[in-house]
This record gives sequence, C-alpha cells and structure tokens, in this order.
Amino acid sequence: MNILVCVKQVPDTTEIKIDPVKNTLIRDGVPSIVNPFDGYALEAAARIKDKNPDTKIVVLSMGPPQATAALKECLAIAADKAYLVSGRTFGGSDTLATSYILYNAVKKVEELEGAKFDAIFCGKQAIDGDTAQVGPELAEHLGYPQVTYGLEAELDGDTLKVHKEVEEGVEVIGVKFPCLVTYTKPAWDPRYPTIKRKMAANKAEIPVLGDDAFPDIDTTRIGLKGSPTNVKKTFVPQKKTGGVKIKEEDSAASAKKLFELLSAASII
Amino acid sequence: MEAKTKDLWVFVETNEDGTAKNVGIELLTPGKMMAGKQGGALVAVVIGSGVDEAVKAASEHGADKVIVVDGPEYKHYSTDAYAIALCTLVEKYGPTSMLIGATNNGRDLGPRVSCRLHTGLTADCTALDIDEETGNVAWTRPAFGGNLMATIICPNHRPQIGTVRPGVFKKSDVTAANAEIVKEDVHVADDQIRTQVLEIIKDMGGENVDLEGAEIIISGGRGVGGPEGFEPIKALAAELGATVGASRAAVDAGWIAHAHQVGQTGKTVGPKLYIACGISGAIQHLAGMSGSDVVVAINKDPDAPIFDVADYGVVGNLFEVLPVLVDEIKKARS
Repeated sequence: MNILVCVKQVPDTTEIKIDPVKNTLIRDGVPSIVNPFDGYALEAAARIKDKNPDTKIVVLSMGPPQATAALKECLAIAADKAYLVSGRTFGGSDTLATSYILYNAVKKVEELEGAKFDAIFCGKQAIDGDTAQVGPELAEHLGYPQVTYGLEAELDGDTLKVHKEVEEGVEVIGVKFPCLVTYTKPAWDPRYPTIKRKMAANKAEIPVLGDDAFPDIDTTRIGLKGSPTNVKKTFVPQKKTGGVKIKEEDSAASAKKLFELLSAASII
Repeated sequence: MEAKTKDLWVFVETNEDGTAKNVGIELLTPGKMMAGKQGGALVAVVIGSGVDEAVKAASEHGADKVIVVDGPEYKHYSTDAYAIALCTLVEKYGPTSMLIGATNNGRDLGPRVSCRLHTGLTADCTALDIDEETGNVAWTRPAFGGNLMATIICPNHRPQIGTVRPGVFKKSDVTAANAEIVKEDVHVADDQIRTQVLEIIKDMGGENVDLEGAEIIISGGRGVGGPEGFEPIKALAAELGATVGASRAAVDAGWIAHAHQVGQTGKTVGPKLYIACGISGAIQHLAGMSGSDVVVAINKDPDAPIFDVADYGVVGNLFEVLPVLVDEIKKARS
C-alpha cells in the first residue's frame, strides 16, 4: 500500500496580528506550521500503517525552500519519504493552477518511486486560504474518485472505508483504489514524533522538484498568469462596534434585561 | 469555455426528501440582482430525486427558469453523479456565472466541477457584487482564519463560479410561481458512481447538528465546565428550536462531539442568532461564527474577546443567566 500525503506549510493564523495604523496583516515573525488538517491526513495514513506495516507513506509539499521544515516534521511524525515542489514559475498560482502542478508532481514522484500511489490524502483545507479546493481539483486532474471531510480510513481488501463527517452525523463511504481523501479534524490528536525519528528526519535529504522537473507541463496553466482567478484586493474586516453590555445587579436581572432587549428587537 | 448566455445560475441543492436546502433558495436573492446587472436570466438548477417541492420553491423565490435533473441516482449525494449532471448542463447552456451553497456537498462539488470545466472558483464567499462593464463578479471571502477579507475576480474564464456561505443572504418573499420549467434527462450509470455509502451513523440518536443550516445556535465553551454544563444550553436550545454548538475547548475536553464544533477546525456558521455561553472568543472560534446576524455573549470575564463581536454582551454566570432566560421565554409564550 502506497499513500501520498499532500501537506502545506502555513503561517500560524492564531499568531497573526493586525497593524493598527496601516490596517494590514503583520506576517513578520509569525511562526510557520504544518497545516493542521494535513496533520490529520498524515495521522490517518499513519493509522493505516500501524495495522498494515508494509505501507509506505510519502509526503509532498509545494512552497518556498523553507517548506522543507514542514516536510521534516512529517518525516519525524510518520512519513517515510518527502518531496518538495518549489520553483519561481509556480508562484502566484491559484487553486486550479496549484492542483495542476501537484498533478504533474504526483506523476513525477510515482516515476521516481517506481510505484503508483493507491491513495492520496490531503487536509480538507489550509488554514491560510481556507478554500478546500486543491484536494478535489487534484482528484479531478487525476481522474480519481474523492471523499471529502474524512475522519479516519481503514483498508478492507481492495476498498478504502472512509468515515466521512456530514451534517447529520457520520457516513461510512466505500471507495476503490486509486482514490483521494481529504481529512477534517477527528476526535483524537495526531501522534508526536519520537526523538529517534526526529534525528533521522533532520538528516534526511529532501529532493526538490523545480521549474525544470516537469518538461511536459503546460506553462500557460501555471503561476499567476495561468490562474483563472486573481485577488483584486484584500482588506481587514471591520470590527463590530456599538454592542450593548449588560451587567445588572445580579445574573437573574441581567437575564431579564437580555430577554427584554432581544424581544424588543424581535430577535426572539 | 465561452459563455453562451448572460444567464446566472444558482445550484439548488436538495435534501433526500426532494425539498430544497435553504441556502439554494437564499442564493436566488443575490442571484436576481446579479442576473439583472449581467443582463441575463436567473436560472435555478435543481438536481435530486422527486424534487417537485424544490422546483416549486425556486420558482416562487424569483427564478426565471428552473432546469431540473430528476433521477434515483441523485437521491443520495455523490460527487461523481452530481459533477456529471452539472457539467453536462453547463456545457449545454453556457451560463456566465454560477452560485453554489457552501455546504459540505457544495464545497465537495464546486472544485470538482470548476476543474472539469477549467474555470475559476472562489470558495465560501460572504459578499457578492458585479462589475456591469466587464460582467466580472467580485467575490469577497474571508481568509487567514477571518483575519483578512479578499475580493477575487475571474476575468477570462466562464462560467465564473463561487460557493457562498449559508445564512449570508435572506430568502426573498414568496411570489407567484411562473418560472419556465425545463426537464433535462441526464442519466448516470451505477458504475460511474465510484463511491458507495456503506453505513450511516447518526450523531448520538439522531440529534440535530446541522449547524450550517441552523437559524439559531447556542454554543458552549470552556466556561460550561463539563458535559453536564451543556444541560442549560440544551434547555435553551429546545425552547428556541436552536442547534447546540461548541468551542474547540469544549470539544477537546471531550464534553461534546466534534460535530458540534464551531470555528476554524469545525463548522463555519451564519445563523440569525448566535448565543455564545462561556466562550472566551479565540480568533479560531470567531472565524467560524462572525457571519452571524446577531451575536449574544454570556461570560463571567468582562474582558473576554467574545464581547468585541457581540451585539449583546451579558457579564455574568451562564448557569444563573440561562435558566432565567428560559423562564422568561416560557412566560412570554404562555
């Protein structure tokens, strides 16, 4: 069983502050982390490997050279091999262009590894862009079936059984290989790396697939120019103002006051 | 692909009983405005099984035309069947723009369809506008966990597609249903649907956790103190017909299932009323609920950041406030 896990290095959005004068995001000094949803995807792969030790887990990331740090973290946690896609011509890609580059990278890594991936696992979305588009788009490029909002997956012969979060609860979806699954947050925390794995990961060489790694790629479909969507403007949302604070002599009085205000405004 | 018409499409997602999901009907409201500015018709696309109710709802809420694909293969949502049906229709009719509700299924379907059509998609929009000169939709959406808003355009590809959060727009008033109804026969063979639902596990005895479609949500956080702390929240929810939500802290502590979680690693919600009880208001939580119309916060700590986004903030103990609130509502109703 070969599993490819796609990961993205993202700024820790909880650490982002707003410049009060310029009203822009302050990105300097914000720590970079492995996108948490990708961590759940890696954990799902690791759990399959726990039960099926002959499983090989390869991680793939696209980003600047610093993204090797995220890949090393994945190696320390559970991955066996890592590849980085990094090139100038890839910069500025929207989700469609990114998924097209990743599609080319999947084919290239399969060639280098000498084996096809049975399953590709991704996080549901990255916490910086929050689009949830790259996973399904990659599945479409590959022509694979997809299952989104996965919580966990188990092997059952030639079928992957995925627990999928839906509005009404959980569905168990059966899908044949090859397939692509995106993961959301399960009820458990991902495992931590061991010291031994951490040391090995630090020494690991991570092959970089650069601009010239994909001679057959259609260059009109990558980068800023190859992206159908572009960002027209960004702005910091206005904070809500003028909220009513209620603090009467005791909680019961406050509750009554709240009820009066809500019913006067026809809210309840 | 090139657009063949100036029409604007709204994909109206259906439930298994053939009714329309709220968000599809909500999107007809901005759809009407945008179709007008584009100089085209507002077309609702209804896909499902036994969907007469959904077709009627679309027709009554402003659609000029309803395109219907009705078949047993669409009863339960599958990426494969729905992507085939929707792409077939888009290729046949060539709309200029398309809106899809940002439900789990909508966000599963949107990227699959836009990739197949080789066009742009903007996810999870909270505001829409249109440039009359170019016909480009200005899709506005939150990013960086709600810290930043971005306006996206898709200038050279059609149809331009966006998913839009439930609850952002309001349903229009019901009018006489006089939309043109067009039935399209798109059949998907069993072996083209490559995923199979093996089992459905409802959350804890069929408890309703449709947070994205909820009109009222009452959420509990660290301040509820334990699983039993959700009892007063559930009591208020029962009184108001509300859905119970939770912050990550409460979910991580194991007090309530993850299906209830609102926020960055949970659901993004946009109810008419959101009542946050014992929730401090970490940015990840705010990212999931800041689209609510009215926010009420109940918290002991007067400096909790949740009060910054609250329309009504009660500084007090939730265990004392909630029962009195329930009593007041009961009194007013009797």
